Amino acid sequence: MSDIDFHAWPDADGRFGDYGGRFVAETLMAPLAELTQAYARLRDDPQFRAELDRDLADYVGRPSPIYHARRLSAENGGAQILLKREDLNHTGAHKINNTVGQALLARHMGKRRIIAETGAGQHGVATATMAARLGMECVVYMGATDIERQKINVYRMQLLGATVVPVSAGSATLKDALNEALRDWVTNVADTFYIIGTVAGPHPYPMMVRDFNAVIGREARAQMLASHGALPDALVACVGGGSNAMGLFHAFLNDREVAIYGAEAAGHGLASGEHAASLSAGRPGVLHGNRTYVLCDDAGQITPTHSISAGLDYPGVGPEHAWLKDSGRARYLGVDDDEALAAFHRLTRTEGILPALESSHAVALALRLARDMDPDQRLLVCLSGRGDKDVHTVAAHEQTHEQAAAAAGSDDGLDGKY
Amino acid sequence: MASHPENTEAASASGTTVNRIDRCFQHLRARGRKALMPFLTAGHPLAEATVPVMHGLVAGGADLIELGVPFSDPMADGPVIQKASELAIGRGVTLATVLDYVRRFRVDDPVTPVVLMGYLNPVEIMGRQRFVEQAAQSGVDGLLLVDAPLEESAPLQALCGEHGLHQILLAAPTTTGERRQRLADQARGFLYYVAYAGVTGGGALDVAEVATQVAHWQALGPTPVAVGFGVKDAASAQAIGRVADAVIVGSALIEHLAGCADADTAAVDARDFLRPLRAALDADIALEDRSGVPEKPAGNDGS
Repeated sequence: MSDIDFHAWPDADGRFGDYGGRFVAETLMAPLAELTQAYARLRDDPQFRAELDRDLADYVGRPSPIYHARRLSAENGGAQILLKREDLNHTGAHKINNTVGQALLARHMGKRRIIAETGAGQHGVATATMAARLGMECVVYMGATDIERQKINVYRMQLLGATVVPVSAGSATLKDALNEALRDWVTNVADTFYIIGTVAGPHPYPMMVRDFNAVIGREARAQMLASHGALPDALVACVGGGSNAMGLFHAFLNDREVAIYGAEAAGHGLASGEHAASLSAGRPGVLHGNRTYVLCDDAGQITPTHSISAGLDYPGVGPEHAWLKDSGRARYLGVDDDEALAAFHRLTRTEGILPALESSHAVALALRLARDMDPDQRLLVCLSGRGDKDVHTVAAHEQTHEQAAAAAGSDDGLDGKY
Repeated sequence: MASHPENTEAASASGTTVNRIDRCFQHLRARGRKALMPFLTAGHPLAEATVPVMHGLVAGGADLIELGVPFSDPMADGPVIQKASELAIGRGVTLATVLDYVRRFRVDDPVTPVVLMGYLNPVEIMGRQRFVEQAAQSGVDGLLLVDAPLEESAPLQALCGEHGLHQILLAAPTTTGERRQRLADQARGFLYYVAYAGVTGGGALDVAEVATQVAHWQALGPTPVAVGFGVKDAASAQAIGRVADAVIVGSALIEHLAGCADADTAAVDARDFLRPLRAALDADIALEDRSGVPEKPAGNDGS
């Protein structure tokens, strides 16, 4: 691992070691080649860069601050917890970093129609937002289950002029929305640009989505050096597909002294089988155009996942994370629903910051890790999104648990966990 | 990329087994006939119906059979095959089950080529080597993995070559430039031309456009060109048969079989569905060239 230049990857075939690649039907090979060429041309084009940087500053609101969560850190004990505030971006999450980039790319390529998949709805909202701003047609595919639990984001997308298409095939969640978006793309390749929301999919998406989100880590690295005179001791981010995590991690990958941790959704617990922890509990396979860790049964069928957070409810993970795991550069640990919910409440109560349920997984892991660290150490957490969209989910979850506790007629319920 | 021996000729010259797919197309070409290739999702409509339906399809005039391996995330398939796959998975059909179907089919039919069509993950999880060995032992002749384009196929192609199987490649309307020649050079068995940009079971056929494209592909190499996506009935089969070497019909057949209550009914329905397509394909052949009942080449026992 020590001699790997992590910034030199992927290779020309889109591979991170054994992972990544381009596992798609023949019809998509030409559009992917076209996209790869267009991106290669524009990524270093000064005019495109200037346009992107201007949008990130004036429209998204970058740079996002790093906030020292002093009360949370003191109450928890151990290392100081710092939050990279991606929740303060326009539309409320890191997702907009990528959609601004891809939407500008789409316009440069002359595409008039944009499609996207979404889980929690944040990527769908970010895509619909850019489509509205650029005056492009926008269709967002979303699992029927996710539509139910993320109603506010569905309405936001509709207000922005997007068409939200419910997907009821399979498990009716993010993976099925991705399948349906791929089907749309294969049917409408000529005029349609597919904005994938995470660092998965066929090459060049894992690289491109990472690059557009890498502004998170570039800023954070400079901010840490400027404000604290040192790099953080460790980074923590939640990992579903893994775009906010890759965005934070990438600038630090060659800083070997910075430990890197990803928080995966352990749902009802890794032992329960009801989780979405592809790296912790999956195996190498092929899904959605790339080789990576997937959750599947012994026959190779992708298995249903569970997480209280729709944005982490995905049976695969970006191929770069698979490679970072195998190389030992990053560690991936599970955080279950209850631990994430507890962190959601703690951050809200101690700092007045209501985190997304996705980001609550990162906060939870940070709290766990910080306790074994010294108070003069610093742990930088990517607070990838705000939690307004999750208020109903949290309320419903707690009502259910209160009812269950009441029905059991005892007080040995969940009180201790909060 | 490793150079591939010309399987057919090398095998013929040395007297070893010729792949059934090659033998089938040689036989058909000699008679000026076009191949009819139905696609069936294994385990649909009933798990026990697959082998009887395969025989029914042969009785109805199938020259080759494409057996779909159900996958949970069939990203290139339309609603009909998605639903059939979900149903089959729900009935416990796995890649191992599908290989067993082929083994059982071979007991009574050592001749008709069988191509497995599906997605890569089940193969990866079984292990490529183990899968190719077992597929060859079961009497499978070709593999078409939708999400394994040429660029991602080298390891599997090599394994298939070692075991006498053909990895079937897809060609699409969007395939352009120098990739066309590379695809044509690497094609084994037949080239599966996707008639339109889209998923299975959708779209309207533009026969003139398909004709232009197929002619282009045929000019690039000797491998027969099969056309799939969009063939629904006798008329569309005939139209495509006039321009291609083989006609594939999938979603329409699966829809036709969807309600079948038992294996025997399904087998008869499959036969009866295919017969008019066969007749339409053969209608163009001059009367004196007709051989009546499709004669099969002498088979080798694959078991």
